[in-house]
Amino acid sequence: MPDKITISINGTEIKTEEGKSILSVCKENDIHIPVMCHFPGLTDVGACRLCLCEVKGYNKLLPACTTLVAENMEIQTHTEKLKEYRRVIVEMFFSERNHMCSICVANTNCELQDMATEVGMQHVRFPFLNQECAVDASHPKYVIDHNRCIMCTRCVRVCSEVEGAHNWDVKNRGYNARVISDFDQPWGESETCTSCGKCLNVCPTGALWAKGSVQGKLDKFPEKITDLIEKRGIH
Amino acid sequence: MTQAVADKKGGDVKADPRLKLINAAIKKNKSQPDALIQVLHVAQNMYGYLPMDVVRHITHALRLPPSRVYGVITFYHFFNLNKQGDHTCMVCTGTACYVKGAQAVLDAIADRFGIRPGEVTADESLGLQTARCLGACGLAPAVVIDDRVLGKVAPEQMEKELTF
Ligand code: SF4
Ligand code: FES
Ligand code: FES
Repeated sequence: MPDKITISINGTEIKTEEGKSILSVCKENDIHIPVMCHFPGLTDVGACRLCLCEVKGYNKLLPACTTLVAENMEIQTHTEKLKEYRRVIVEMFFSERNHMCSICVANTNCELQDMATEVGMQHVRFPFLNQECAVDASHPKYVIDHNRCIMCTRCVRVCSEVEGAHNWDVKNRGYNARVISDFDQPWGESETCTSCGKCLNVCPTGALWAKGSVQGKLDKFPEKITDLIEKRGIH
Repeated sequence: MTQAVADKKGGDVKADPRLKLINAAIKKNKSQPDALIQVLHVAQNMYGYLPMDVVRHITHALRLPPSRVYGVITFYHFFNLNKQGDHTCMVCTGTACYVKGAQAVLDAIADRFGIRPGEVTADESLGLQTARCLGACGLAPAVVIDDRVLGKVAPEQMEKELTF
């Protein structure tokens, strides 16, 4: 049995167990923290930084998804500073590539769009990078539009951890980073892709979709993936 | 997938003895996937870059997903997927060197050898690269030719320095 510990979140004392992430303790206690790269059941990587929290005694902000709770930890999840940072992060997502909602398949069914509303983003305060990214439609059934990708790496993890295919990974760094298929080949030429479609269901934006998807009418079933992970007992 | 240099069984060692050394490095690490970086180092030291056939061979031997290997190679600036030329010339374009005329040095190289940063001459004898501050600002503008560091370089000097 893991050791019982006491922590405090936003001033409220909470009894919990060692070995859990701040995020999972928050979930159990109905404290909502915005997340983008976290997907229930997949390994957390701390890529998006939206879940950053303040922890007393640390001068750095810590991601709730990858930080484990410890005895007497005092955590703040919604200070004014954190709210402002979260807005900045979402604005940066919008400024890095192309996220013109009106011409996106995921319009009205997009976690990035919802997140902008949630954090109260009014407009983007940063200059747009206007990167021109590739759209790869070489796969017989699916499309990856890198212009919409926010590099959350959910697709990379679901493909490796649940499907076991590991078609996807990430090349380069910084704003040159891109999701790649095998040796940076067209998706349709991948030798590892099983065409299972799991990545389509976990992608938070309109970066991955099935051919024939109509603008603003994208169907995604992330709960099916969560269900599968639970039934298979992964992690 | 074409594999002219290497195949799953360990590569055509007769045709390319360098593969023998790569295979030795793989064996020494018991084909552990986490030996990837060590093995890539050995390969790059031998070829001067990482030819794709060799990358495929290593990927199979270490039983790694192709995209993972490609991701590692492109993450580290140390690794190169393209041929670098027999000799390399690196011109520092950090602030100090830039102020002291790094651009004129690059222009002189472009005039004489026809290459810009990131390119290799047609005969593959010389590759040109740039770096941001080599930590030798007192020598600005600084140029590194293979393992030799040159300081206070004048553009006119480049033709002589780069004739091997
Ligand atoms: S394609 Fe979608 S799931 Fe994959 S990294 Fe980009 S945004 Fe995330
Ligand atoms: S959800 Fe924690 S960093 Fe993305
Ligand atoms: S700027 Fe060239 S060595 Fe520092």
